[in-house]
Amino acid sequence: MGLELLFTLKHELLISLSIFLLLFIFVGSNHTKGATIIHIVNALLLISVFFFLFEPKQSFVFNQMFESNGLIQFQKSILSLGLLLISALSFQWLKHHKNVIEFYLLLLSSLLGMFFMISAANMLFFYLGLELATIPLAAAANFDLEKRKSGEAAMKLIYSSAFSSALLLLGISFVYGLTGSLNFTEISEKIPVNALSQFAFILVFSGFAFKMSVVPFHLWTADVYEGAPVPVTAFLSVVSKAAISFVFVQVLFKVFIHLELSYTISLAVVSICTMLLGNLFAMRQENIKRFLAFSSIAQVGYILIALMGSHEVAQSAIIYFLLVYVFSNLAAFGVIGIISNSLGKENISDYKGFYQQNKFLSWALAIALFSLAGVPPTAGFFGKFFLILAAASKGYYLLIVIAALNMIISFYYYLRIVRNIFMETSENPMPQVLVQPITKVALIVCLIGMIVLGLYGPVYEYIAAFAKPF
Amino acid sequence: MQNTNLVLLTLASPLLAFLLLGIFGSSSNWLKKGAGIIGTLLMAVSFFFASQLSLAYFLNQTPNHTQQILFSYTWLQFGSGLSIDMGALLDATSAMMLLVVTFISLMVHVFSLGYMHNDERFASYYAYLGLFTFSMLGLVISANIFQIYMFWELVGVSSFLLIGYYFNKQSAVAAAKKAFIVTRFADLGFLIGILTLGYYGESFDFLTLIGRLSDVQSPQFAAIGVASFAGISALTWGLLLVFMGGAGKSAMFPLHIWLPDAMEGPTPVSALIHAATMVVAGVFLVARLFPIFAIAAPHTLDIIAYIGIFSALFAALIACTQTDIKRVLAYSTMSQIGFMMFALGVSGYGAENGAGFSASLFHLFTHAFFKSLLFLGAGAIIHYVHSNEMEDMGGLRKHMPITHISFLIACLAISGIPPFAGFFSKEAILHAAYQSNPAIYYMALFTSFLTAFYMFRLYFSIFWSTQKAAQDNAHGEGTWSMKIPLILLAIASVLFGFIPFSEYVSTDGKPIATHLDVLFSIAPVTLGVLGILLAKQLYQKASVKPQKIALALGSAYGFVKNKFYIDEVYQYITKKMLFAWVARPAAWIDKNIIDGFYLLLAQLTQFSSVYIKGIQSGKVQAYAMYFFAGILSLASLLFYVLK
Repeated sequence: MGLELLFTLKHELLISLSIFLLLFIFVGSNHTKGATIIHIVNALLLISVFFFLFEPKQSFVFNQMFESNGLIQFQKSILSLGLLLISALSFQWLKHHKNVIEFYLLLLSSLLGMFFMISAANMLFFYLGLELATIPLAAAANFDLEKRKSGEAAMKLIYSSAFSSALLLLGISFVYGLTGSLNFTEISEKIPVNALSQFAFILVFSGFAFKMSVVPFHLWTADVYEGAPVPVTAFLSVVSKAAISFVFVQVLFKVFIHLELSYTISLAVVSICTMLLGNLFAMRQENIKRFLAFSSIAQVGYILIALMGSHEVAQSAIIYFLLVYVFSNLAAFGVIGIISNSLGKENISDYKGFYQQNKFLSWALAIALFSLAGVPPTAGFFGKFFLILAAASKGYYLLIVIAALNMIISFYYYLRIVRNIFMETSENPMPQVLVQPITKVALIVCLIGMIVLGLYGPVYEYIAAFAKPF
Repeated sequence: MQNTNLVLLTLASPLLAFLLLGIFGSSSNWLKKGAGIIGTLLMAVSFFFASQLSLAYFLNQTPNHTQQILFSYTWLQFGSGLSIDMGALLDATSAMMLLVVTFISLMVHVFSLGYMHNDERFASYYAYLGLFTFSMLGLVISANIFQIYMFWELVGVSSFLLIGYYFNKQSAVAAAKKAFIVTRFADLGFLIGILTLGYYGESFDFLTLIGRLSDVQSPQFAAIGVASFAGISALTWGLLLVFMGGAGKSAMFPLHIWLPDAMEGPTPVSALIHAATMVVAGVFLVARLFPIFAIAAPHTLDIIAYIGIFSALFAALIACTQTDIKRVLAYSTMSQIGFMMFALGVSGYGAENGAGFSASLFHLFTHAFFKSLLFLGAGAIIHYVHSNEMEDMGGLRKHMPITHISFLIACLAISGIPPFAGFFSKEAILHAAYQSNPAIYYMALFTSFLTAFYMFRLYFSIFWSTQKAAQDNAHGEGTWSMKIPLILLAIASVLFGFIPFSEYVSTDGKPIATHLDVLFSIAPVTLGVLGILLAKQLYQKASVKPQKIALALGSAYGFVKNKFYIDEVYQYITKKMLFAWVARPAAWIDKNIIDGFYLLLAQLTQFSSVYIKGIQSGKVQAYAMYFFAGILSLASLLFYVLK
C-alpha cells in the first residue's frame, strides 16, 4: 500500500521535495551560486518529465479526493516539461537574479497546485489546487522588483483572481446545495437540469474562463502579461493555461455531462468572441509580449471549439494541441525573453532585420511562429487540424468556418513578424546576442518538438489511447 | 547481416551524403574540396550493401523468389484498414533495381570526379546526386503505393535540381521547369489513380492491393468493377491514371516532350537519371502492379502496348534526324523505354505467358548499362570537343581509344548484335511480341532496324568521318576517373546478356527457362546489320549523300526533324487556349473578386479593432464589470434559449 501511494503521488512528492530542498538548504546560505540551484531544479524537473512512463494506473487516494491515472500523469509531465523549458530558456536572466530561490519556490508551488488541481476528484480539492496555483503566480508577476509595471501586474492579477474565485466558490456552493456532494462522480449523477443548476454551471464556467482568459473574462491578461517578467508571462500563458484546460475538459465532460446543451451553447458564444477579439487585439499590438498574450487568447478560442465535439476525440485533440502549444509558445517566449533581457527591446518593429545578426534565434522564432500560425508541416498545423476534426465530429461546421477565417487573420499577424525578421532590413539591426548553451539546448528541444510531433504519428496515438468513454 | 539493416544502410548512405554536402558543403572549404570523394565513397558503401542484399536474394537455394516485406511502419492511419506505411518490399524486381541503381550511380559518381572537376558548385552537385540516389532507391523498395508516390516526387525534385544545375543558363532553367511541369501534370493523374485504387481496394499496401484487386472473388474487386465513370470501370480508370504517371516519368508519347530538353543538365546526370534509372520508373511502376493489369484488366495492357510501340517507333524516327548527340541519345532512350513498355503490354500472367514481363525487365537491366555507357561516352566526347553538335566531331577514334571502343560496344549492344547484352534482351522482347501480337512484332522489327541505323550514324559521325579543325585539344581523353567507369560499363554491356534473367525475374516468382531460338534471331540481327551497313555507307566518310537524301525526302524530312511539331502543339494549346480562355479570366476573378473580398475583410478588421480597443482600459474595476456582464449575458442567453 505504501509503495503504491508513493507511485500515485510521485509527481507531487518530487515537487514538494524540491520545494523543501530549496527552503531548508539554500535559503539563507549565500554561498550557493544561482547557476547551481538552477541546474539542480532542472534535473529534478527532468525526472518529473519522465515520470509518466512508470506505473500509470488508475487509483484514488485521500478519501476519493485525489485521482491518478496514465492520462493525468502524462498531463503532469507536460506541465513539468513546460516549467523545465522556461527555466532553461531564461537561464541568463535567472542566473543573475538575486532572488532566484524565491522565483523557483513560487513557480514550483504553483506547479504543485496545478498537479493537485489536475488530480482533483472533488470540488474542494480542486479549489485548493487552483488557489495554490494562482497565488504564488501573483507574487511571481511582481518579480521585476524595480519596475512599476511589474507591481501593477501583480496587483491586477491578485484582485481579478480574487474576484473570479469568489464567483467560482459561489458556483460551487450552489452545486453543493443542489446535490449535497462535492465529489465529481456524485455531482454528475445527482445534478438536476434546471435554472439554478445552469446558473451554478455558468459561475463555475466563468471561473475557468477567467483562468483560460476567455473573452469577456480575459481583460486582466494583457496588463499582467505585459508587466510580468517574460518567464512568468510564459508560465502564465503556457503552463497555467494548459493546466486549467486539462481540468476544464475533465470537469465539463465528467461533472456537467448532463448540462451538455448548456455548455455547448455557452462554449459556442464565448469561443466566437474569444477568437474574434483575441485576433483583432493581437493585430494592433506593437509590444511583442502583449501581442503573444492576445494571440494566445485566440488560440484558446480554438480549444473551446474542440470542446464541443465528441468527448474522446476532443480530449485527445486538446491534449495534443496543448503539447504542441507548449513547445511553440515557449520557443517564442524564449527568444523574446533573451532579447528583452539582454537588449531591453520588446517592440515588433525592433525585430526588423533580426536575421542579419542572430541567425539561430531568427530561425527558432520563425519556426515557432509558423507553428503557432499552423503552417504545415509544423506540429501546430496538426494540432489545429485535430481540434477542427474534433469539432467536426459533432458537425459544428459554421463554427469551423469561423475558426478557419480567424486562422487566416492570425496568419497575417504571425507572418508579419516573420517578414520583419527576414525580409526587412534595418540600418541598425539588433546586435548579436549571446545564447547560453542550456538555453540553446532548450530551444532545439522546442524545435524538434514542433517538427517531430507533426511528422511522427505515434505521439497522437499514444494520447488517443488514453481516451475512454466518459 | 539482417536484410532490413542492409536496406536501411543502402538508403542511408546517399542520404547522408546529401545532408552532409547539402548543408555544410557551401560553408566548409574542406568539404567543398573533398565533396566528390566523400560522395563517391558513400555511394560505394551503398553499392556494397545493395549488392550484398540482391546477390543473397538471387543466389539463395530455393528456385522460387518470394516477396518479402522487410519492415513496415505505419506513418498515418486513416480509420480502420487504410493506412500509409513506410516499408521495404524485397522481391526480384526491387532487388534487381537496387543493384542497377546503386551500380550506375556509383559509376556516375566516379565519372563526375573528372568531368565536374572544375565546377564551382561541386559540393551541391554531389549533394543533388546523393538526394537523387536516395529517392530512387526509396522508390524501388517502396512497399506502399503512397510511399512510392512520395519518393516519385522526390525523384522529380532532384531531377529538376540537376537539369537546372547550370541555373545561369536560360535554356537549362526552361528545361528544368518544363520537365517538372510535364511530369507533375502526369503525376496528378497518378495521384488520382492511387486514390481510386486505394479507395476501392481499401489499402495502399502493394501486396494487399494486388491480392484484392487481382482476385475475382474478393468484395473489393466486385466494388471496383461495378463503379464506373464515363462508361469505363473504376478499375480501368485507376490503372490508366497510374499508367499516366508512369508515362510522364518514362517519357511515353505524348508526355515525352520534356526528355530531350532535359539534356541541358550535366552529361553524367543524363546518364544517371535520364537514361538508366529515373526514366524507367514508369516501367517499374507498371511491373509493380502487373498482376492487377494482367489478371483484372488485360485491355489496359493493350493500350500500354500500343502506346509503347508507337513511342518506340516515333522516337526512333526523330532520332535519325537529330544532330545534337545528346538529343539522339535522348530519343533513343525514349525508343528503348517504348520497347520495355510494349513488352509489358504483350505479356500475360503466370509461367510462360509472363515471358514479356521478364523480357521487359531484362531489357531495363541491360539498357541501364549500355545506355549509361553511351551517355558517359558522350560526356567524355563533349568534354574533349566542347560541343554537343555532331558537325564539330569526327575522326575521334585515334584521340580517344578507350571511349571509342566502349562506345562501339554500347552501339552494338543497343543495336542487338550478338553476343552483346542488348541482343539477348531485345530477342526476348521480340519473341514475346511475336507470340502475342504480330502487328506489334513487325513494327518493333522495323524500329530495331532504325535503332541500328541511327546509333551507327552517331558512331561513324563521331569517330570516323573527317577530323574537324577545332579539336586540337591539350587535355587528352580525360582522367582515369572518367575512363574506368567506361571500361566497367563496357564489360557489363558485353557480359550481362548471358545472365539467364527470366529464371530470376518473372511474374509469379517461378523461374522460366530461357531459350534462344537461332532461327528466330536471323531476321532481327540481319536487319540490325543492314542498318549498320547503311549508316557506314552514308557516314563513314564525310559526303553529301545524307543531305541529298534529306532533300529528296523534302517536307517529310523537315516534319520529322522538327519532332513532328509536338512541342508546337503544346505551345498552341497552352498559350492560345489555356492562357487565353482559362488563365486570364481566372486571374481577373482572383484579382478583383477574391482579392477584393479579402481587402474588405482586412478593412473591416482594422476598423473594428480600433473601435473595440477602448474596452482594454487598464482599470481593474472595469474588468470586473465586464466579467459580471459576461456572466449575466450568458445566463440570460441560456435561460432564454432553454426556457
